[in-house]
Amino acid sequence: MSGILAILERGPGGWHRMSFEALAGALELGRATGEPVTACVPGFGVEAAAAEAAAFGPAAALALEHEALSAYAADAWIEALGALIGAMAPSWVVLPHTYQTRDFAPALAARFGRALMADCTGFVVEGGRPVFERQLFQGKLTGRFLFETPKPNFVSFQAGAFRAPQAAGQRAPVAVQRADVDPARVRQKPEAPFREAAQAVDLSSAERIVAVGRGIGDEGNLELARELAAALGAELAASRPICDNGWLPMDRQVGSSGQTVAPKLYVALGISGAIQHVVGMKGSGCIVAVNRDPQAPIFEIADYGIVGDLFEVAPALIEELKKSAG
Amino acid sequence: MKILVAVKQVPARDLPVEPAPSGLWIAEAGLSYEMNEPDAYALEAALRLKESGGGEVVAVSAGPERVQSVLREALAKGADRAIHVAAEGEAALGLDPVAAAALLEAAVREEQPDLVLTGLQSDDTGTGQTGVVLAARLGWPHATLVVAIEPGQGAVRARRELEGGWFQHVTLPLPAVLTVQSGIARLRYATLMGIKRAKTKEIRRLEVELEGSRGGLRLAGLAQPRRVRQTQFLEGSAAEQASKLVEKLRFEARVL
Ligand SMILES: Cc1cc2nc3c(=O)[nH]c(=O)nc-3n(C[C@H](O)[C@H](O)[C@H](O)COP(=O)(O)OP(=O)(O)OC[C@H]3O[C@@H](n4cnc5c(N)ncnc54)[C@H](O)[C@@H]3O)c2cc1C
Repeated sequence: MSGILAILERGPGGWHRMSFEALAGALELGRATGEPVTACVPGFGVEAAAAEAAAFGPAAALALEHEALSAYAADAWIEALGALIGAMAPSWVVLPHTYQTRDFAPALAARFGRALMADCTGFVVEGGRPVFERQLFQGKLTGRFLFETPKPNFVSFQAGAFRAPQAAGQRAPVAVQRADVDPARVRQKPEAPFREAAQAVDLSSAERIVAVGRGIGDEGNLELARELAAALGAELAASRPICDNGWLPMDRQVGSSGQTVAPKLYVALGISGAIQHVVGMKGSGCIVAVNRDPQAPIFEIADYGIVGDLFEVAPALIEELKKSAG
Repeated sequence: MKILVAVKQVPARDLPVEPAPSGLWIAEAGLSYEMNEPDAYALEAALRLKESGGGEVVAVSAGPERVQSVLREALAKGADRAIHVAAEGEAALGLDPVAAAALLEAAVREEQPDLVLTGLQSDDTGTGQTGVVLAARLGWPHATLVVAIEPGQGAVRARRELEGGWFQHVTLPLPAVLTVQSGIARLRYATLMGIKRAKTKEIRRLEVELEGSRGGLRLAGLAQPRRVRQTQFLEGSAAEQASKLVEKLRFEARVL
C-alpha cells in the first residue's frame, strides 16, 4: 500500500475552494512521509478539471467518471470511492472538510473499518509519524491524535488549515477512469439545490456590521445591539444560535451556512469565534471583538479586543459615539 | 412512525475545560453536563414528527450512569421511553465514532425503528460522524445536515443545508438515519407535568460488548490551543475601553 489520495470537490459552480487547501495538506503529508499524491476528482465530465488540478503539484491526477456522479448523492460517492480505494490501496486518503465530506466520508472510512480523522487543523511529525491536531470543546482545547489502524487512513482538513498551492509549471499526467458504481444501489434521490427566495438583506455589501452571538443572552437584549449598529451606521448580523432561536431571520446569519461578508468594520459582540462563523467574516477589514472570555478563539482574528461584559461595553460605546458625533 | 433519537451528554458549553493531569482527557471534577445542542434539535424534530403523525419516540444515550439525566430530560420533553447503553472509560467519550456508533447500534438492532435521528455533531469531541457511521454499520441510507423532515410512504424527504445559504431536498427509503442541524425547529422546554411524568417512564439499561469496534483514532494529548494573536487589547473600565476603541477606529483603522 502506498500513496496519498487527495479527493477534490466540485459543485455546480466549479471548484470548492477548500479542495486546493486539502490538496496542499496532502502535498505536505507527502513531503513528510515520502509518498506521492494523486489528486482525484469524482464527477461526470471532469477530465478538464482533473487536468487543471494536475498543475498544482500532485504526482498524478485522476478523473473518476460516471453518470451517477453528475450530481452528489452519498451512496454514489461511497461506492465509487470505496471501489477506487480498494483497488489503489493508498496509505492515506485526504479530503477537504466540506459539508459534502461530512456527508459521505465517515461512511466511506467505515467501509474499511476506519474512522475519519475529521476537521484537522494540521499535523506535526513526531517519531516519524504524523500527529494530527483537531479542535475539541468548540476550540477551547486542541487534541493531538494518532492513528492506531493500519493503512489506509482517512483525514479531512478544516477550512484554512493549509494555504492553497500555487500552480506549478509542470502538469502531472492525467488519467480518466470509469467509476465502479451501480446507480440502482444509490438510495438517496437528490433534487436540485436551491436558495431561499429573495434575501431581504444583502450583508455582503454592508460597509459596517455589528454581529451578535449567544452572549447577548436574550431576545430582548437585541435592542442594545440595534442601538450600537445605529450609532455606527452598521447593519445588524448574527451567529447561528441567534438565528436558530428565531431572534433574527436566517438571512442575517454570517458563516459557512449563511452569508460571507467583508465589511470595513465588523464588531462581534458575544461571539466565540467558531470556525463556521469565522469563515464567513475573516475577510473583514477591521475586526473588533467584545467577549468576556479572554480565551475565546475570536481573539485570534480580532484587530481590537475588549475583554469584558458586552452589557457594559456596548452602552459605553454607544455613549462615546454619540458624544463624538455631537 | 417509530423514531429512535440518540442524544449525547456533553460538558456544559459555558464552563471552562482544562486538561486532566494525564493529558488524555479533561479534568471532570466540578464539570456540569447538558444535552448536546444538535441532539436537542434532533429530539425536537422527533417529537414534532410524532405529534403530527403518531408513533413512538425512544431516546437513547451511551455513556456512564450520569447520562441518565439527559434521558430524563428527553422523557420530560415527551419521549416515550429511554435506553441507557452502559459504557465507561474511553468508549464512552465518543472520541472514536466507530465505538460510539457500535454502542448505539445495539439499541437500534433491538428496537428496529423506522427512523433514527441524531445531532450532526457533538459540542465536545465534534467528530460529526456517529450518525453516518451508525447508518453504515446498519446498512441503512443516511442524510446529514438536515433542517426539515417530511415523512412519506416508506420514505422520508429531508431538506439538507448546503454551504453559503443553499439547500437541497433528498428522498431516502426507510429505515434511515438522519443527522439534524441546529435550528430545525424551536426547542421546547419541559413542562412541570412533563417532568412529573418522566419519573414514571422507563429507562432501560443495555449492556454491550464492543468486541474491538474501534475506528483507530487515539487521543495522544490535549493542549491549550496555540493562539496566533494579533489583537490589540484595550484595557481599563468600560468607558475607557470604549473611548480608546472609538479613537482607534477613527484614527488608526480609519473606519468611522
Ligand atoms: C455544519 C455547521 C454549520 C454551521 N454554520 C454556522 C454559521 O453559518 N454561522 C455561525 O455563526 N455558526 C455556524 N455554526 C455553529 C458554530 O459551530 C458555533 O456553534 C456558533 O457560531 C456559536 O455561536 P456563538 O459564538 O454566538 O455562541 P457561543 O459559541 O456559545 O459563544 C458565546 C460567546 O459569548 C461570550 N459571552 C457570553 N456572555 C457574554 C457577555 N455578557 N459579554 C461578553 N461576552 C459574552 C462567551 O464568552 C462566548 O465566547 C455551524 C455549525 C456546524 C456544525
